[in-house]
Amino acid sequence: MNAIASPNLAQVLDHPGIWRRSADRQPRVRALSTGWTSLDAKLPGGGWPQGALSEILFEHDGLGELDLVMPALAALTQEHRRVIFVAPPYLPYAPALTAAGVDLRFLHEIHAGSTEAAWSMEQCLRSGCCGAVVGWLPEIDYRSLRRLQLAAESGDACAMIFRPAGHAAQNSPAALRLKVSNSDEATYVEVLKSRGLLTTTAPLLRMRA
Amino acid sequence: MLWACLRFPGLAFSAAFAASPEAGPSALLDHKARQRLIAAANADASAQGVRRGQSLAAARALCPSLEVRPRDPAAENRLLTELAAWCYQFSGHVSLVPYNAILMEVGASLRLFDGWPVLAERLRAGLAEQGHAHTMAATPFAAASWVFAASADGMVIGEREGVRRMLGELPLAQAGLPAATVTSLQAMGFRRLGEIFRLPRPELTRRIGRDGVNWLDRLRGDAADALPAWQPPANFVQKIEFDMELDGSQPLLFPLRRLTRSLANLLAARDGGVQRFTLTLEHARGESTRIVVAMAAPQRDAERLFELARTRLERATLPAPARSIEIDAAELPTFRPPLRDLFEPIRGDGLDWPTLDERLRARLGDAALRQIALVADHRPERASRYGTPGNVVSPPRRRRPLWLLPRPIPMRPEPAMVLAGPERIESGWWDGEDARRDYYIVRTAQGQQAWAYLPPGTLDGWMLHGWFA
Repeated sequence: MNAIASPNLAQVLDHPGIWRRSADRQPRVRALSTGWTSLDAKLPGGGWPQGALSEILFEHDGLGELDLVMPALAALTQEHRRVIFVAPPYLPYAPALTAAGVDLRFLHEIHAGSTEAAWSMEQCLRSGCCGAVVGWLPEIDYRSLRRLQLAAESGDACAMIFRPAGHAAQNSPAALRLKVSNSDEATYVEVLKSRGLLTTTAPLLRMRA
Repeated sequence: MLWACLRFPGLAFSAAFAASPEAGPSALLDHKARQRLIAAANADASAQGVRRGQSLAAARALCPSLEVRPRDPAAENRLLTELAAWCYQFSGHVSLVPYNAILMEVGASLRLFDGWPVLAERLRAGLAEQGHAHTMAATPFAAASWVFAASADGMVIGEREGVRRMLGELPLAQAGLPAATVTSLQAMGFRRLGEIFRLPRPELTRRIGRDGVNWLDRLRGDAADALPAWQPPANFVQKIEFDMELDGSQPLLFPLRRLTRSLANLLAARDGGVQRFTLTLEHARGESTRIVVAMAAPQRDAERLFELARTRLERATLPAPARSIEIDAAELPTFRPPLRDLFEPIRGDGLDWPTLDERLRARLGDAALRQIALVADHRPERASRYGTPGNVVSPPRRRRPLWLLPRPIPMRPEPAMVLAGPERIESGWWDGEDARRDYYIVRTAQGQQAWAYLPPGTLDGWMLHGWFA
């Protein structure tokens, strides 16, 4: 007789090696709402992936790259979760931070050189007591990025890293890569890479238009 | 009452070799004898035939590479005190027995520690971790525990009659009587303690003296033992002096570990923590290096104290080789264990913020970690400063940039478009830092939004002060 049981379609589709592009079969991504409704709607899990590294590549200072992450960070500090800024390029300005809703008691800044910055970021992510760790590490290499991704997984923290847009062509282990650019006097946010989402060429978000 | 006795046969060794671990055959010299006699030898030396009581010359002949040190009674006493401090976490009545034993009343705390077997296991594990060879026994009589700890390691007897029976079987030489008394009793044909117990009391007193009889009474629990209770000190100062000068931080780690461990022992005894201590390294010519180790919250864990001290030590630059190392902790505040949410899952390393903060500070320095505070001041530079965020001050109603430049710089090229402004900011005449500027929100040719100002009444000379990032 038929010795090999013929599996039905559902069983085949349950096989972990088979990936289906459909809404209800998406891999479950736990995420932190970005605070931008149109962005949340398009990102897997509905926001910044938690326990993972997000990379934000921006063309110039002052395009709104920080505005992009501020609502999520503010929400974390309001829940008394710590947010750490590692090696920011300028002085984070208290009036604007407060206006964005950040509870300054839960915001810390680490002033460090590039190697120390990567180390401190990893320590913070791994510790498990930080909600989000945001770093400005323009010169970071693939291996260090990978370490940060692993640290974010182990500490279940949200890691965000800001780098110049010139690095967009490089390979990156980040779960989410966004590019912030400007044209026609408006700022656009595009997805370069995202776990659980096909890369679309259309911009996700139009800001400051 | 149940008295546990811990004996440390290697204590004299550990005390004399505190600065560096003994390697190879080593021995201790008795400090009392005018003739230089071996007081103790380690396993390597014993294997080569070095025995207790040999003259130094004989020992050297047997083992030319023998390393000898004089006994250091002060250091032995310090080490014993330290062990007492550690034992204090298990019992409220700890007593030192010179030179190498500790008696502690554990009857009252047996229930807390789930009975003697569990407690004994904890004692042994803790002592093994600290590297102290030990033997132990527990009986209702302190003197008997002391005797059995030497002759029958691990013995525990709960009932009084059993102790007396076991004592009866004990050879005279192991009963803790003075050597002369033992010799004379053996000459009379007595071998075991039981035979002595049966002798009529007046006879026995005449032969072995009042002290001897008193000792026998204490062994059998007929006379009360008045043992002074050890009290933990209120501060901690301990120093290890080296035989030779140690260069660099690496060789200092071994003595440092000893010091931090004994500090942790004291902290455990006091149920306290330490928030700040000073590490002092002495160099030649009276120079010294002081390293302050400060923590965000009181700590008491030996490993963590060592890690913190080590990172500080490794970051310090030592001007010269060190001759001694000292830890001085003047204040030992009460320790509050970290609070944890019962339902919150532990993430990652499960560190709390103070621990992470310390770890970062230890490596990066205190200045590297900071917080940002909002200040009620109209001048843009003054509205934000590094410091502890205090009371909530309402921010200005006008739009402010997230990034502020440390100081304004000339803006080149000039802005392409003015989006908002001017906003006249004029303030500070009272403290001599007068500022009078017209601020604009501008857009550059690349689409960047910037916060820039012009001196009032002019149209060029744009100064860039922030980015609306």
